[in-house]
Parts: sequence; structure tokens; C-alpha cells
Amino acid sequence: MNASVRIRTAWAHRLVAAAAFAFALSLVAVMFDMPIAASKLSAQVMASLPQSGVDHPVTAVLLNFRSYDTLLEIGVLLLAVFGALASFDTPAAAAACVASTANPLLGSLVRALVPLMLLVAAYLLWAGSHRPGGAFQAGAVLAAAGVLLRLAGMVPTFLPPNVLRRAALLAGFVIFLAVGLGALVTGRALLEYPREWAGSLILLIEAALMISIGWILVSLFMAAPSPVIEENENT
Amino acid sequence: MADWIFDALLSGTLVWVAWRALAATDLFKSVVIFIAFGLLMSLAWVRLSAPDIALAEAAIGAGLTGVLLLDAIGHLRNRNRPERTEE
Amino acid sequence: MSSALVFAVAGAALVALGLHALVVRAHLLHKILGFNVMGSGVFLVLVGLAQRDGVDPVPQAMVLTGIVVAVSATALALILMRHLYALTGATTLED
Repeated sequence: MNASVRIRTAWAHRLVAAAAFAFALSLVAVMFDMPIAASKLSAQVMASLPQSGVDHPVTAVLLNFRSYDTLLEIGVLLLAVFGALASFDTPAAAAACVASTANPLLGSLVRALVPLMLLVAAYLLWAGSHRPGGAFQAGAVLAAAGVLLRLAGMVPTFLPPNVLRRAALLAGFVIFLAVGLGALVTGRALLEYPREWAGSLILLIEAALMISIGWILVSLFMAAPSPVIEENENT
Repeated sequence: MADWIFDALLSGTLVWVAWRALAATDLFKSVVIFIAFGLLMSLAWVRLSAPDIALAEAAIGAGLTGVLLLDAIGHLRNRNRPERTEE
Repeated sequence: MSSALVFAVAGAALVALGLHALVVRAHLLHKILGFNVMGSGVFLVLVGLAQRDGVDPVPQAMVLTGIVVAVSATALALILMRHLYALTGATTLED
């Protein structure tokens, strides 16, 4: 870059810094000016909590009161994993898989940790109905277990992409959508659970979501293009 | 009063760690400081009485994002290396 | 000024920092980091402003959703960056 381009870039950077600073200042000023909201959403949530089927307010909001947002969110996750898997090169990943490290210390640690992580994931799923926890946290722990297995060299990549793996990816969205449309079919609104079944339906949806989120996050990790193993030529 | 001071300190540290993560020139340093930023964010969520978010941020925001970033850095370095026959 | 507002102010600062890094830094990985910091800042602003007087589960649920979506966006962005690097060897976007 010659000198004039460099000077212009430096001034552009200063301009961006000044603009960001001004933006932050104006945002803080607005924050201090904002009145406290009149409608108390938290009070409405606590009032409707006994009818939601779970005891924890965040889970109730996620899986019952705002379940449409969660349905769309798992749809977005699916889109991301489709985009990631669309460019996944199976033969290259198979070639690179051979070269992955298999550290013996990591191996024994993983053998001890992964069963515990599965247990923790199941507990988080169950605990989400009455204390902090739920499908997302459980799915994240599952994904971490999958990533650990991959890093320890114990699990190859998606070779081949069989029906079970595809089903695991889709299970969360499909079951969630099926419950929602089932409510439509039986005469209720979309995603409106019947009162006495709300708890069980939420647990079913959360279990499917946990499996899907765990597998989607692991896929997002594994679908990354493998480093090209170059032949060692005379360079 | 004491938790006021703690909140102010935590917020200040959060902003400072974010600045260090974004201003670092070395990629690896940026990612490591970013993982630390994620864990501090988890603390901030606990202070905001949001334990669900704290769990998710620690596992997904710091853990999984950190792994993805470190893997990407490894990929950016590996291309130029000759093939290793034994590992 | 309650303690939640302190975090909201920190969130505003994080948004500014992330935006600056997203625009100014050349390397794609730094841009992705800036985008993530911006996302965390936005979440802090959302929850901090809503919880000025008490715990509110609705923005917490939204932020939970947002964190998962942000990590999938980051993963997709990293995959795209790695493909760009594998195909062209570049880690910055040419003007």
C-alpha cells in the first residue's frame, strides 16, 4: 500500500472509532432516559406459570409462551448446518481423518469424561422443568462430548451420512413442528398444547431438541473443511 | 453496596478484556482472550440472575465457540506445512 | 441506577468495540470475533435494560435463543473463511 492509501485508511479507521464511540455514548444516554416499562411481562409469566406445564419460568417462556420463536430458532440452526454440510467434502475428510492426533492421555480422559457428560446432559434436560437447565444447555453438553470424542480421535467423521445421522439432525425440528401442527389438527391454535399434556409434550420436545442441537453443533464442528495435506515436494 | 462494586468491576473487566481480545495482533492470543471474555460473560449473566444464560454462555459461547475458533486457526496454519507421516 | 444498568452500559461499550473491530480489522477471524463481541453486547443491553427492576424471564429466553443462533452463525462464517482460505489462500477480503 502506498503512503496516500495508508494515510486515508488511517483516517477512515479514526472516523470509524469516533463513530462507534459516539454511538455508544448516545446509546448510554438513551438508556438513562428510558422509563421503566409499564407492562410487566414477568408478572404475566408468573401468573400463567401453573398452566404452562413446567415450573421454571424461562423454560415456560421458551417452550410454551414463546414456543414459536424456539421453533424458528431450531429452523435457523438447521439452515446453518445445511449450509455447512453442503460444502462438506467426504473423501478429503476421510483422508484428513487418518492424520488426526490421538493423544493417549486425552483418550483416557475422554473415556472417563464422556459417560459423565451424557449423564449431565440427561440431568440438565430433566432439571429444565423446575430449575435452570433445559434443552439448550443439555444439547451443548452433548455437543461438547461429541467434540471431545472427535478431538481424541475416537470418532471418524460422517462417513457415510446415513439415515440415523440425518434423522438426528432433523428430529428436533420435525417433532416440534409435528406437535404444533397436531394442535392445529385437533382444533387448537398452532403450538397450543392441551393443558393436561403440556408437561409431557414439553419434555418430549425438549428431548428431541437436545438431540438435534447436540448433533447440529457437532456437525458444525466436524463439517469444517479439512486442512489440505500437501505432498512434501522439493520446496 | 458490595455487589454494586463487584458489578462495576466485572463490567469494566468485561469491556477491557473485549478490547484486548479485539486489539491483539496474534490470532491465537485473540482467541484465547476471547474465551476468557466468554467466561467473564458467564459471570455477568449470573450477576444478572440468569443462570440458564450463564450455563449456555459457558458451554456454547466460551466452550464451543472457542473450539471452533481454535480449529480454524489450526487450519489456517496447517496448509503450509508438509504432510506429517507419523503423528 | 440499579446494578443491571451497569451491565447495560457495558453492553453498549461492547457493541461499539465489536463494531469498530468488525469494520477496521482486516483479517476475517478478527471480524468474526468482533461480530461475536457485538452479539454479546446486544444481549447484555437487552437483559440489562429489561431487568432494571426485577428478574424478567422473557428477555432471558430470547438471549438463550440468541446465543445458540450466534454460535451457528459463527460456525458457518468460520467454515466460509476456511473455504476461502483453502481455495485462494487469502484471509482478508480484497477491496
